[in-house]
Formats: sequence, C-alpha cells, structure tokens
Amino acid sequence: MPRGKTDPKDSARIVLANCGAIDPESLDAAVAAGAYEGLRKVIAERIPPQAVVDEVTRSGLRGRGGAGFPTGKKWSLTAPGAVKYLVCNADEGEPGTFKDRLILEGDPHELVEGMILAGYAIGAREGFVYIRGEYTRSIERMTRAIDQARAAGFLGERILGSDFAFDVVVKRGAGAYVCGDETALIESIEGKRGFPRLKPPYPGQVGLWGHPTVVNNVETLANVPAIVRRGAAWFRSFGTPASPGTKVFLILGDVERPGAIEAEMGTPLRTIVEEYGGGVRGGRRFKGALIGGAAGAFVSEKQIDVAMDFDTPKAQAGAVLGSGSVLVLDEDASVPKLLDEVLEFFEHESCGQCTPCRAGTAQLVRILRRALTSERRGEDLDRLVALAQAMRDTSLCPLGQSPILPIESALRHFRDEFLTCAVPVGRL
Amino acid sequence: MEREEVAVRHVMERYPATRTNLLEILHEIQRAEPRHYLSEASLQAVAEYLRMPLAEVMDAASFYSMYSLTPRGRHVVRVCVSPPCRLFGGEALLKALKERLGVEVGQTTADGAFTLETSSCLGACGNAPALMIDGELFDDVTDAKAAEIIYRVRREDATR
Ligand SMILES: Cc1cc2nc3c(=O)[nH]c(=O)nc-3n(C[C@H](O)[C@H](O)[C@H](O)COP(=O)(O)O)c2cc1C
Ligand code: SF4
Ligand code: FES
Repeated sequence: MPRGKTDPKDSARIVLANCGAIDPESLDAAVAAGAYEGLRKVIAERIPPQAVVDEVTRSGLRGRGGAGFPTGKKWSLTAPGAVKYLVCNADEGEPGTFKDRLILEGDPHELVEGMILAGYAIGAREGFVYIRGEYTRSIERMTRAIDQARAAGFLGERILGSDFAFDVVVKRGAGAYVCGDETALIESIEGKRGFPRLKPPYPGQVGLWGHPTVVNNVETLANVPAIVRRGAAWFRSFGTPASPGTKVFLILGDVERPGAIEAEMGTPLRTIVEEYGGGVRGGRRFKGALIGGAAGAFVSEKQIDVAMDFDTPKAQAGAVLGSGSVLVLDEDASVPKLLDEVLEFFEHESCGQCTPCRAGTAQLVRILRRALTSERRGEDLDRLVALAQAMRDTSLCPLGQSPILPIESALRHFRDEFLTCAVPVGRL
Repeated sequence: MEREEVAVRHVMERYPATRTNLLEILHEIQRAEPRHYLSEASLQAVAEYLRMPLAEVMDAASFYSMYSLTPRGRHVVRVCVSPPCRLFGGEALLKALKERLGVEVGQTTADGAFTLETSSCLGACGNAPALMIDGELFDDVTDAKAAEIIYRVRREDATR
C-alpha cells in the first residue's frame, strides 16, 4: 500500500473500499472482493450499452478530474463512429494530489473494470491508460492487472463469451504537467510533444487520431463498477443531489494526520480538517487553506464551514473543489511565499505554445517578487491581478487561464499580509 | 554496427514501429544507456525506425522533463520542488543534497555517480518532502534519510 494512507474513519468508501484491504497484485483477491461483478452482470443480463450510459447519467456521477462535468452526459455526447477510444487520464500532476495513485496501486482491477464498462457503454474497442512516468509502481501494478484480466477473459476478444471485445494499453508519460490536459494527453499518446489543442472540437468529436474519444479521470472511472453493480439510486444515497457520491480528499500541510480519506461529497471543510486531518498541528489556529492544488484557490478561516462539493465552494467562497487536495495553513504560514511557489510552478509547467501564458507566467513571478520588495506594493499587486485576468481571457488552454484563481483568492483574503510581509522569496 | 547501436536496436525492436510508441521507446533507450540520456545517434536511430523526421523526434524528446539530451550520472536524484513539499522541508532537503553531493541542480558528481535534478509533485506530499532515485520513490525524507539512501546506492555500486 502506498503511504499517505487512508483513514479507517472514512465516512464512506466506494473507490477506496478495497485499497489497503486486498493484495493489489492478486486477481483472485480482487475478484473475492467483488471485482468484475458489474461486468458479469452486464454480460449475463445482456444489458445494452445505452442502458449503462443511462444508469451512469441517472447516478449523477461527475468527473473527478477537476471540472465536475457529468460523466453520463460526456458519454452521450460522444459522436457516433466506427472507431472510438476510451482514455483514462492517470497523469495526476496537480501539486498536492495523490488520489489516483492510491487507486492505481491499491485496487487496479477496479479501474480496469471501470474502463471496460466505460468502453462497452460508449462503443469503444480500445482503451488507453496514460500514467505519468514518475508513477513507477502504478505503471507496474496496472500493467500486471491488465495482463491478469486478459488471461481471465475480462479483456480481449469475446469477453466472458459475448461478442464484446475490448483491450487496454498502458501509456507512460514523461514528465509534463500540461499533459494532464485531455487534448495535450491525446497529442502525447500520438507520440508528440504535449501541446494542448484548441477546443472545440472536443475530444468527444475529434480525439485520438481524429476519432471520437472519451477522456475520464481515474477516480471517475473507478466509481463506475459500483454504480453498475449497485445502481444509480444507491450511489445517490451518498453526497448531495447535485454532487452525488464520495470524493477522495488529500489532506496535507499543517495538520496532525496528513493523508487521503474518502468522504461524502458535501462534507464540510471543517470536518475534513478537524476530524479526518486531526486538526491543525499543535493545536494552532487555522489560517486558511489552498484547495484544489496550484490551479486551485485559497480560502480563509471564515470559510471553514464550506461544503466540499462541486458547486458550493464556487458559490460561497470563490474556490473550486478541483482535485480534492486541501493544503492546510496554520497561523504562521506565509501566503505570499506559497503564492510565489505556485506561480513558479506555473512558469515551469507552461508549455510555451501561446504567448500570453509563456510570457505571462514568467511575468507573474517577476511582478509578485517586485511587489513584495517595492515601495508601492498595492499598485504592483493590482498589476498582478490585471495580468492574470488578461491571461485568463487570452490563453489557449486552462493552464494559462488558471493563475487568476490562486492570485485573486490570495489577495482577497490575505491582502494585508501581502502589503506588510517581509518574506524572502526567490529561486531555489 | 557499434555496440550502442546494437543496444538501441534491441530496445526498439520490442515495440511495433508506430509513432504512438515514441515515448515508450525513448524511456527504454534512456534506461538502457549507462549515462541515462538520449544521444543524437540514438535519436537518429529512433527517427529511422519510426520513419519520422529527426526534428520531430527531437521536438518530443526535448519537451518532456524525464528525458535528458546530455549525459547524466549512473543515478538520477530528483527532488520534488512543488509547493507542498517546499513548504514542508523540500527546500532544506534540496540545499542539504546540493552540499552533500557538491553539485548544483542539473550537475553530476565528479565520480559520475549522481545527477541532481528537481521534479514537480511526485504524488507523495502526504509525507513530504519527497524525492525519487532512478524511479524509486522515497517520502518523509530527512537529511539523515537522504544520506542513508545515497550511502546505500554508493555501496550497491561498489559491490556490483
Ligand atoms: C493543465 C491541466 C492539467 C490537468 N491535469 C489533469 C490530471 O492530472 N488528471 C485528470 O484527470 N484531469 C486533468 N485535467 C483535466 C482534463 O483535461 C480532463 O478534464 C479530465 O481528465 C476529464 O475527466 P473527468 O471528466 O473524468 O473529470 C487537467 C487539465 C489541465 C488544463
Ligand atoms: S495556455 Fe500555457 S500551457 Fe496552455 S497552450 Fe498556452 S502556453 Fe501552453
Ligand atoms: S508536492 Fe512534493 S510530492 Fe507532492
């Protein structure tokens, strides 16, 4: 089991149900724990693909890759075509996020089954799981699980004796955050550098090698077997009406017990920090948190009761759930320093394809550093926001559109700290 | 054919000659090469094998941070410098490693044993700080733990 372990007190477990409980290298152990029952059911009861799409639509499952797009709708919107592909996005690179790794390493067969069911639903014969190159063990475990599943007749031609054929290929990334973007990921699978494509057309229309392609996150697909097996109504008994199910949250930073937990959608931030995270380390004051990784937003102590689902953080706190990462800051943490690091991350990860982002991300770092040492800090900080807004409006892909979120939220809640702090920020 | 060329061919021929296998082939060539990099000769060989222009192979090879176009040490140490790790010991760890190895980021130790690099989030920040050596992940890395890992790797090299 990977560290960053799951907490036994999780409020609800769907995707992590078997993680840590079964031997992830054993197909028998996975099957004993219920793996491939959803697939058996679909084949034995001759459930048509459209019915699988409908069940997932009714479940209200939304994409766990960050944006929360309804999964059933994404599947329905896929253009018809003789050749279609399913792609599992396992490029997990958002700083502070390791939920997909837990699934890949802790219960790979759950993901394999989710991919088979998704492939069946959309009419794909081939699937790819694109795993970031740094995830050595995830790559090994998924490769083994796929081989085991093929040998057992869950993958390949005539799956479980039916006419359905589907297979999965592992693709390794090579170290580029931007390849987490679905269009850059497609370019990368095609053997190119990971430059995002202009949208539309969306991958559902023109994807891998020009064919309709569904791209789904690991956690999204890992929810599918349970939905097929136990039904949409069961799934909806977790979470909120608009965000059903559970979410894996990554709790890090100044907490007593950092790690991953799976809790119902809509769990208050306070519960995540205080109960699952064991509270702020050393009984100190909760100053705020960075939620959703580098492409996320800061919240302040006033927002500690926000419900963590897809819509409430946006509506109440100008924040996003994103990847589910919660980086907790205690009273001594420096928001300007953290923002500086976040901006450096964007500068490093900008792919350089378009000017607003390539030049803009470098400028953001420069302006913030100047602001923190200049006489007229306020003006520089305003300039920082104006530039990030311009980048939001003109950048080609969401990477260049994102820095406005952490910048704007940091200044909204902690502007005074930016005006008065004396933090030495600088390159490593 | 020279020995390296034979080795490169050997790696490539395990994969069908289609462009989708480019990243995989580059990974494997780099791993097989004692100095863990992609030489011009091997990129040229890949271009021929996949029937692609060399420029496009270079284009991809230079884009991804896990590939190196210059020779590296026998072992590559990658320290995570993403925000969560930096906040929780990553900066101190990088500094300590620079001193311990006597190199800056991107450099190789005089004995050719280690190249020091940085990395974005390695997915281990529940136990920050993290680093990776030759594909193996280590978390909760204190200076003492880093010293121990380096020592162990050196000893394994010596007994090889
Ligand atoms: C720069 C960037 C990085 C991304 N990284 C990831 C990632 O690591 N994993 C992921 O699933 N989605 C990532 N996404 C979102 C994907 O483009 C896509 O929306 C997602 O994989 C869709 O899956 P879902 O509908 O299941 O959420 C990223 C997007 C951008 C712009
Ligand atoms: S916005 Fe940034 S990451 Fe996206 S295409 Fe432009 S340069 Fe690349
Ligand atoms: S930030 Fe270092 S492992 Fe995630």
